[in-house]
Amino acid sequence: MTYNLDYLKELESESIFVLRELAAQFERPCLLFSGGKDSILVAWLAQKAFFPARIPFPLVHIDTGHNFPETIQYRDWLVEKLGARLLVGSVQQWIDEGRLQDETGYQASRNLLQTPVLLDILERNGFDCAIGGARRDEEKARAKERFFSHRDEFGQWDPKNQRPELWNLFNGRKGPGEHFRVFPISNWTELDVWQYLAAEQVPLPSLYFTHRRAVIERDGMLLADSPFLPKKAGESPREMQVRCRTIGDLTCTGLWPSNAGTVDDIIAEIATSRLTERGGRADDKRSDTAMEDRKREGYF
Amino acid sequence: MELLRFTTAGSVDDGKSTLIGRLLYDSKSIFQDQYEALELSSLRRGESGVNLALLTDGLRAEREQGITIDVAYRYFSTPRRKFIVADTPGHIQYVRNMVTGASTANVALILVDARQGIVEQTRRHAIIASLLRIPHLVLCVNKMDLAGYSEAVFQDIRQEFESFAAKLDIHDLYFIPVSALHGDNIVDRSENTPWYQGPTLLYYLENVHIASDHNLIDARFPVQTVLRPNTDQYHDYRGYAGRVAGGVFKPGDEVMLLPSGFTTRIERIDTFDGPVQEAFPPMSVTILLEGDHDLGRGDMIVRPNNQPSVTQDLEVTLCWFDARKPLQTGGKYILRHTTREVKTMVKEIRYKLDVNTLHRNLEDRNIAMNDIGRVSLRTTQPLFVDEYRQNRITGSLILIDEQTNNTVAAGMIL
Repeated sequence: MTYNLDYLKELESESIFVLRELAAQFERPCLLFSGGKDSILVAWLAQKAFFPARIPFPLVHIDTGHNFPETIQYRDWLVEKLGARLLVGSVQQWIDEGRLQDETGYQASRNLLQTPVLLDILERNGFDCAIGGARRDEEKARAKERFFSHRDEFGQWDPKNQRPELWNLFNGRKGPGEHFRVFPISNWTELDVWQYLAAEQVPLPSLYFTHRRAVIERDGMLLADSPFLPKKAGESPREMQVRCRTIGDLTCTGLWPSNAGTVDDIIAEIATSRLTERGGRADDKRSDTAMEDRKREGYF
Repeated sequence: MELLRFTTAGSVDDGKSTLIGRLLYDSKSIFQDQYEALELSSLRRGESGVNLALLTDGLRAEREQGITIDVAYRYFSTPRRKFIVADTPGHIQYVRNMVTGASTANVALILVDARQGIVEQTRRHAIIASLLRIPHLVLCVNKMDLAGYSEAVFQDIRQEFESFAAKLDIHDLYFIPVSALHGDNIVDRSENTPWYQGPTLLYYLENVHIASDHNLIDARFPVQTVLRPNTDQYHDYRGYAGRVAGGVFKPGDEVMLLPSGFTTRIERIDTFDGPVQEAFPPMSVTILLEGDHDLGRGDMIVRPNNQPSVTQDLEVTLCWFDARKPLQTGGKYILRHTTREVKTMVKEIRYKLDVNTLHRNLEDRNIAMNDIGRVSLRTTQPLFVDEYRQNRITGSLILIDEQTNNTVAAGMIL
């Protein structure tokens, strides 16, 4: 008998350890749910970590008002299946109340508008720990992120003032008003996530699979045609067979020409892909350090 | 497929970032858009070729200064293994990062510049790797292209390092002549070093035996949290959730609970996917015991015939991370060990370790940022500890400053 864990099981075990650790160390954690596969995975792992008890924290969704309708449907289905509690922060409501203003122009997105709504919901509910589905392989600025990431009382991330993490000892102690972001799947890659979701047969939003959709081609990206997407002169939608590789807002999520209809098809597609998944995110293309800048401001 | 974690260290300009970039590139872990961004950045900086080092230069501050200032994690895989790389900076002041990266690693890669040979930082990195008990150490003699691919150069460095390493506790030591820039002996065997018969770096990483890196002898289960669903279906359920830190647990095993010392048996070992017949490191499981017991977070399940030391007095090798103030004799800190948190006082600083020579300095006992020393601690509550050399999980601890809540030290129990 050899005592070897398959690497996906080892990653699962590590994530479960982190989830249990944060549940023990923080008084009021919550899980940031975006509707994307990474936050679905975290919710799935949370179910495993606390079984047969229920997930001991609510899911928080920041609804930009520009979501794909499929995302909302899936969210509500998952929450019910897990028996979890859901809190929604609405960017649209903030805009309607005049507390936020939409960006204008063709690159307008509600990405940055999420931050104040998120910080507000954390504060009003007294959450001291927000669990996220970020992975270190996603983007350069995330390669140095901790499992337990400290945020000051303004919700800001200071890359130079992060605590060293040694062995499996996580330090979640904090001062008044400070909180943590915790990333249980830090060590997973995109391929790991898909392979695990396939092995576990986790039901996923239909957006990840091939479907026909009216799209607009812009700057080498395919964007979903919708009333929320301002069109430039000469841009006209055309029907294509596409799927999402990441799920964000309608206005900035790049779609991929694809015929992948199952998770196994997706894995085969990724294995031969020549582009990273964030290659299709308009929000990351704004500048070389776009992610680092958003993180400092308290973005997920 | 197995997971292998390795850490890389080297002094500035040893080509560490290039080496990692090369591994990522040659194992086809770089995507087209990343490569294009790389070409663009290299061009913008006026470099002649594509600078693979830029792949791992993360934060803006680093790009501006051209140095790596924190541990960055990288991922790649081959059909044989999945790899997690802890890329740690080589600067003198960042011993902290090396220790952090080393704490979870199976393998340490230390780079030396073939033209420079063994330097002070090489020795320091090797000492830290041995203190942190990384099971396998590889010395990559890099920039062989600039040393004419000379076997004599390689052998001299090898001999010098071997005689130095004899003083250290290193069990598995390997030497590979490489050029990260040109890819010699990284993934493919180099035609420039016909005198070298050993494996390439990637072949070594794919095949080094790591299955016995976990302790499978001494059964240790630190309780993380107690699961009590309080639902109709699981009315009396009381499960002790945690991650196996050592040994193998099975249903029916007689176990001892610490600190109470009571003995009982394991009724069942649960997971979401159903009960398991065995639990071993690093599995996360939930243990159910026969009978009712007062057991909670910070307690430990062990075997009655194989117990850890239950003690309030610890001798530790301590690495100090706090730039604000040095370690204080008589100082009080929060100590975290497995899932247990207690207060501790520094009874005595016995000596400072010179991390370049291993010399024990009894005169200068001022342990400041990035210093390593031998310290004795007294805790308010007993801890259940093993020697770090026996078990990296039950033998390690961190100290936390009560005012700032920062992690100020990492300790290895002697």
